[in-house]
Amino acid sequence: MKLTLKVWRQRNSQDKGKMETYQLNEVSPDMSFLEMMDVLNAQLIGEKKEPVAFDHDCREGICGMCSMYINGQPHGPVQGITTCQLHMRSFKDGDTIYIEPWRAQAFPVIKDLVVDRSAFDTIIQSGGYISVSTGNAVDGNSLPIEKGLANEVMDAAVCIGCGACVAACKNSSAMLFLSAKAAHLNMLPQGQVESNRRVLNMMDAHDDAGFGSCTNTGACSAECPKGISLSYIARFNRDYMKASIASEETTDS
Amino acid sequence: MSLDSKVPKGELANKWTDYKSKVPLVAPNNKRRIDVIVVGSGLAGGAAAATMGELGYNVKCFCFQDSPRRAHSIAAQGGINAAKNYQNDGDSVYRLFYDTIKGGDYRSRESNVHRLAEVSANIIDQCVAQGVPFARDYGGLLANRSFGGVQVSRTFYARGQTGQQLLLGAYSALSRQIHKKTVTMYNRHEMLDVVIVDGKARGIITRNLITGEIESHAAHAVVLATGGYGNVFFLSTNAMGSNVTAAWKAHRRGAYFANPCFTQIHPTCIPVSGEYQSKLTLMSESLRNDGRVWVPKRKEDRLKNPLEIKEEDRDYYLERIYPAFGNLVPRDVASRAAKYMTDQGKSVIEHGNAVYLDFASAIERLGEDTVRERYSNLFDMYERITDENPYKVPMKIFPAVHYTMGGLWVDYELNTSVPGLFAVGEANFSDHGANRLGASALMQGLADGYFVLPVTIGSFLSKEIRTPKISNDLPEFKQAEKAVKERLNKLISIQGNRSVDSFHMELGKIMWDNCGMARNEKGLKSAITKIQKLREEFWKDVYIPGKLNELNPELEKAGRVADFLELGELMCQDALDRNESCGGHFREEYRTPEGEAARDDENYTYVAAWEYNTNNVSAPKLHKENLVFDNVELKTRSYK
Ligand SMILES: Cc1cc2nc3c(=O)[nH]c(=O)nc-3n(C[C@H](O)[C@H](O)[C@H](O)COP(=O)(O)OP(=O)(O)OC[C@H]3O[C@@H](n4cnc5c(N)ncnc54)[C@H](O)[C@@H]3O)c2cc1C
Ligand code: SF4
Ligand code: FES
Repeated sequence: MKLTLKVWRQRNSQDKGKMETYQLNEVSPDMSFLEMMDVLNAQLIGEKKEPVAFDHDCREGICGMCSMYINGQPHGPVQGITTCQLHMRSFKDGDTIYIEPWRAQAFPVIKDLVVDRSAFDTIIQSGGYISVSTGNAVDGNSLPIEKGLANEVMDAAVCIGCGACVAACKNSSAMLFLSAKAAHLNMLPQGQVESNRRVLNMMDAHDDAGFGSCTNTGACSAECPKGISLSYIARFNRDYMKASIASEETTDS
Repeated sequence: MSLDSKVPKGELANKWTDYKSKVPLVAPNNKRRIDVIVVGSGLAGGAAAATMGELGYNVKCFCFQDSPRRAHSIAAQGGINAAKNYQNDGDSVYRLFYDTIKGGDYRSRESNVHRLAEVSANIIDQCVAQGVPFARDYGGLLANRSFGGVQVSRTFYARGQTGQQLLLGAYSALSRQIHKKTVTMYNRHEMLDVVIVDGKARGIITRNLITGEIESHAAHAVVLATGGYGNVFFLSTNAMGSNVTAAWKAHRRGAYFANPCFTQIHPTCIPVSGEYQSKLTLMSESLRNDGRVWVPKRKEDRLKNPLEIKEEDRDYYLERIYPAFGNLVPRDVASRAAKYMTDQGKSVIEHGNAVYLDFASAIERLGEDTVRERYSNLFDMYERITDENPYKVPMKIFPAVHYTMGGLWVDYELNTSVPGLFAVGEANFSDHGANRLGASALMQGLADGYFVLPVTIGSFLSKEIRTPKISNDLPEFKQAEKAVKERLNKLISIQGNRSVDSFHMELGKIMWDNCGMARNEKGLKSAITKIQKLREEFWKDVYIPGKLNELNPELEKAGRVADFLELGELMCQDALDRNESCGGHFREEYRTPEGEAARDDENYTYVAAWEYNTNNVSAPKLHKENLVFDNVELKTRSYK
């Protein structure tokens, strides 16, 4: 296949950045999208030009590192997958493909297609854990967990922290990411003890990091490579309400 | 430097308990004044950093990804072993110990392996407490599956994303400590040297991957949890960034490298499909619970539609040759058998090599829904990559480089041959001998990180409580910084004509052809010469675009490939030295009349620990740690 690529190039966080156009003449439909980017970079290096910087590591849809905004969609046109899992058979000979970084105030561009997502780590640090230190655990089977619940918890826990939800959202809200983690922990008996504190602290960290508020447009879930459900946001809002009331009661008394 | 493995005296089953009760402790007020550096945030590093933070040490943790949650451990699919005996199928600490020793073809240290089996059960408890959503059965209890090389069901799993869930557990514990400020996290930092002061590891030199700044970090001890070096083969199932650099820098500074040639080739990966291929994708071993491996009996049938090949014309060769274990033989055995079949011209794809992994009988026996429930994410992954539906047609698979049993030599306390420099997880050589059993790497990483290192490091640190804060202004740091800068400058100023990848690919091919699934003297010798030449060419002709003081992925890769070019030679030398076949190391000259691996226990029951030669990379010095087996009898490994 022959392709025209329009790629965002930005030297560093201060640079203004612009789209550049490149031609690729021999793309195989069996290549992954990132392998196509490798081919572009090999071509650029051959011409002694600077290759395009992009984040990637596992190349199998699990590390959450890859993050390209392709033709106006985070992770490209196919639902339920990451950029590294996208294959060129999803495009046609002669196509023009637009490739940009995630765009969000809380995710500043570092270079080309690489952005800084450390705000996600900050949110987790504020409460995305169960406070148990090594060596204090009871036998794993002393706390049976119903299979259906275990499955639901797993559905929430599969988030890879890629940030596509933020990139998809017109308000750059990270509510899908945040609510999936809170749901994973709050649904478990081990996690319920801290649930109030968790939701309050994580919400504060979210807002402090510069993510926007959620207006329930649902774009996040539609673009999420792991199919994280919007229902976690609703659940979070309930938990948040409950926690706010509880915290008012404790401050009052 | 001598090779003292520091294995405690006493009965095997009591060693660890005795050790723990006697190891000197560091009082809480002293812990606060002790700095520890942990390089790596995978299962081993993340668990170690979090636990040491909980204990009160001042921890600095480093990773090259943009978040500790993205370490390569995240990609592990199948599961984690533990001797819980929840299935009441006869499992025990001893059996897990025995299976691991046998699976490793009697080339690992008894005491370490027994300790691993002992703490395995605690790992599961710890992870459940953290909220890791392991699979459950209808009674709400933890579910298990089987993995290769064993006859019990002891593998815990979270769908096909066990590594992800375990790592997120460790990451959450780490995040909690970061929040409490006991751990400071440095993302997008690459360690480029270890700093030794008066014979002890006292810090590291890093490059900030965004600004290019070279920084010195000092501490009382340094822990390397930097993973394996499978990417020396260019194509492997490892993440793109996995590398040997941290371990190699330690090696250059005096840490011995043990059994570098012990590499695991995983039998079930998606075959190479083209020149542009950047990595290989694993299809979890758990698939061999229900999938049957076969090739056509007749060469002429190899490209025929598999659905049209009659039952009697198929060779289910693992079931035929190894009736006791069938499709669940250990990885090295399964991989070699696949190679043997394709060497006989029975590859089922036109270009390159592949065999079938077939689920038709499982679907018939269990129904498609059950198969879907067990493996849907793997089947989806397969279909996305190959555009073929494995519920309808058999998967095509072939072995690929997956894991490295070799690594930095460590003693019982996980200390390398440099005092104060520790190695945990895949980065050390310790527990898997010449072949690792499935689902045991996650176990080892977490055992080291949560339960072993935080205890054993006390033995070293308890002697350091009077050592004041180490300053990164010491001349040793300045010298190391200078050397790192000079090397980077040299790399970028070559401005030659060949890309970094072209060198890496060429090295990978040399390694795969000569130091892969089968090795022989002639091939290994020629590989050594080729690698030496390639290395010379690299330092003359590599082209690295961009600058030093900015995000520069090509520069990062170049540094890693430069180290692989030295490691590759050492791997070949090690393979050449070991005149026997054991586990993943198959020397064609040494096989039984039936073609199986022939070990030579009389001459090779040792760990080969290599010392770097600063005057001549090609002439490392071999130290031998003799392995003593007091508790198991060395047998010919048989899965028939
Ligand atoms: C596809 C796949 C599936 C697997 N499935 C299983 C399974 O089901 N069960 C099982 O038991 N095992 C499995 N394994 C093996 C297992 O995942 C690994 O052996 C294990 O996760 C390694 O963990 P680790 O903590 O030692 O290192 P890693 O997870 O590799 O972490 C290395 C860390 O070191 C950091 N690092 C490396 N070099 C540097 C440097 N120079 N400077 C700074 N930081 C550095 C990295 O950033 C990273 O944080 C699988 C492996 C693969 C490839
Ligand atoms: S919720 Fe989905 S899109 Fe958002 S970070 Fe998690 S996996 Fe990515
Ligand atoms: S590179 Fe890991 S998810 Fe895409």
